[in-house]
Amino acid sequence: MEIFLQQIINGVTLGSIYGLIAIGYTMVYGIIGMVNFAHGDVFMLSAFIALLLLLLLTQMLGLAAAPAFVAAMVASMALTALWNYAIERVAYRRLRSSFRLAPLISAIGMSTFLANFVTVTQGPNNKSIPPMWDDVIKITSGGAYDVTLSYKQILIVAVTGALLAAFWFVVQKTALGRAQRACEQDAKMAALLGVDVNRTVALTFVIGAALAAVAGSLYLLQYGVVKSSDGFVPGVKAFTAAVLGGIGSLPGAVLGGLLIGLIETLWGQYFSSDYKDVAAFSVLAITLIFMPSGLMGRPDVEKV
Amino acid sequence: MTALLSISGLTAFYGAVQALRGVDLEVGKGEIVALIGSNGAGKSTLMMSIFGAPRARDGQILFDGRDITQMPTHEIARLSIAQSPEGRRIFSRMTVFENLQMGAAVAGFEGFEANLEKVFGIFPRLKERLRQRGGTLSGGEQQMLAIARALMSNPKLLLLDEPSLGLAPLVCKQIFETVKRLNEVEGLSVFLVEQDAHHALKLAHRAYVLVNGAVTLSGKGADLLRDPKVRSAYLEGGAH
Ligand SMILES: Nc1ncnc2c1ncn2[C@@H]1O[C@H](COP(=O)(O)OP(=O)(O)OP(=O)(O)O)[C@@H](O)[C@H]1O
Ligand SMILES: [Mg+2]
Repeated sequence: MEIFLQQIINGVTLGSIYGLIAIGYTMVYGIIGMVNFAHGDVFMLSAFIALLLLLLLTQMLGLAAAPAFVAAMVASMALTALWNYAIERVAYRRLRSSFRLAPLISAIGMSTFLANFVTVTQGPNNKSIPPMWDDVIKITSGGAYDVTLSYKQILIVAVTGALLAAFWFVVQKTALGRAQRACEQDAKMAALLGVDVNRTVALTFVIGAALAAVAGSLYLLQYGVVKSSDGFVPGVKAFTAAVLGGIGSLPGAVLGGLLIGLIETLWGQYFSSDYKDVAAFSVLAITLIFMPSGLMGRPDVEKV
Repeated sequence: MTALLSISGLTAFYGAVQALRGVDLEVGKGEIVALIGSNGAGKSTLMMSIFGAPRARDGQILFDGRDITQMPTHEIARLSIAQSPEGRRIFSRMTVFENLQMGAAVAGFEGFEANLEKVFGIFPRLKERLRQRGGTLSGGEQQMLAIARALMSNPKLLLLDEPSLGLAPLVCKQIFETVKRLNEVEGLSVFLVEQDAHHALKLAHRAYVLVNGAVTLSGKGADLLRDPKVRSAYLEGGAH
C-alpha cells in the first residue's frame, strides 16, 4: 500500500512533465495539422539550456539554488521559445502550403539536427546538476516503507497546475486564444476576419516551446541529469499522451500525460521496468481501438 | 458615383486551371451590385480573390482608391471591407458570441457593444442563442450569424456569397430586406452573389453576369431582369 501511494506520487510528477510537453504537440497539431516531430528535442534542448545556465549561475556567480533555478528556467523559456520560433520560420512555414507530409519530414530532419547538435557540442553522456532541494515530507512513517513527497515534486505539480490554469485562461478568454482557435477551425476564414495566420501559428510554436522549457527545467530538477538523446523517449511518451488524450484537445493532453506517467511508474513497480514503455504504448493502442479520437478528442461530425 | 471597389483585368488560377479571365467590375459608394452566373462560373472565386485568396495573377483591385492587389488577406480584412463567404464558414466550435467577437477583431473593441446591439437589432434571434455553439445553430441561424459577424467590423463594403442558400423563402426574404435596409439607412455598399437571380436583380442597383470566368453582360438590375438572354439562362428554369 505504501509503495503504491509512493508510485502514485512519482507518477503524477512524471505525468505533469509529460503533460506540459504534450500540450506543444497537441497545439501544433491542432493549428496546422502537423505532428511536430522535433518537439521532444526542443524539450531536451531546453533542459540543456537550463542546465548550462544553472551551472553558470550557481558555480560561477555563486547564486543560491532557488533564485538560480528560477532565473535559469525563465531564461530557458525565452531562449527555447526564440529557437522554436526560428525553427518554424525556417523549416516549416514555407512547407505548410506544400503536400501534407512535407512539414513532417522537415520536422524529422529538425529533430535529428537538434539531437546531433547537442551531442556534438555537449557530448553524448549524462550531464548533471549538483543536488538541490533534497528535503522531503514524510507522509507515512513507521510502516515497511516511508512514503515521501519531496519539495521538488510539490514544486513540479504546483508549477504545472498554475501554468495550465494561466494557459487555459489565455486560450479561452483572450483575443490571442480566440484567434488561435479560429485558425484551428478554419484558417482561411480567420484571415478573412483580419487574423494574421502566420503570426498566430508562430505564437503557437513560441508558447509550446515555453511550456516545453518549463517541462525541461523541471525534468532536470527532478532527475538531476539530462543527455542529448533525452529528446526522443520523453518526446514519444508525450506524443503518446497527446494522442491518448485526443490530439488537438488541451485537457486531453494533460490527462493523457498524467495517465502515461502513472502507467509507466506503476508498471515499472509491479511488473517489469524493462516493459514500462510497452505498457504505455499498449494502453494507447487499446484505447484507440475503442475510442479512435482519444479520451477527450472530438469525433469530427459537424454541420457544414 | 465614385467607385468604392474597382476591379480591372482580373485573372486568377487554381493551379493550371484558369478561373477568372480578365474581369472588369465596379461597386460604387452606396450601391448594391449583384453578380449572377451558373455553377462554376467563378463567382465565389471572384469574391475570394478580392481578399487575395486566390491571388490575382493579372489585373488590379482597388478599394477606396487603394491598390490591394498584392496585400496579404488579413490586411485587406482590416480595411473597411467584410465578407460573408460561400458556405458561411461559421466557427462551429465557438459560441455565437465568440464568432461575433472574431468579426470585431479587426475593429478592435471600441464600439463593440454598440455594434453588438446593432446586429441584435437586425437579428434578434442571435441574442437568444448567444452562448450556443455555432455548429449547433440551424442553417438559417448560421447564415444570420455569418452576416452579423461580417457586420461587426463596421464595413463600408459587404461581400455576400449566396446568403439565401438553403434557406426557407421567408428567411431568404428577410435577409434580402435586411440588406436593403442596411443599404438605405446606413449607406452600406453591398456586392452580392446569388443563385436566385430573380431576387438578386430586383434588389440590386446594378448587376453583372459572369460566364466561365468572364463578365458577359452588365447593367441596371431592372434592365437585366427584362433581358431575354438573362431570362432564358437564369430566370426561366434554365441553369438553376
Ligand atoms: N480550391 C479550388 N481548387 C481548384 N479548383 C477550384 C477551386 N475552387 C473552385 N475551383 C474551380 O473554379 C471554378 C469556379 O468556381 P467557383 O467556386 O468560383 O464557382 P461559383 O461561380 O461560385 O459556383 P457556384 O455557383 O456553384 O458556387 C470551378 O470550375 C471550380 O471547379
Ligand atoms: Mg460559389
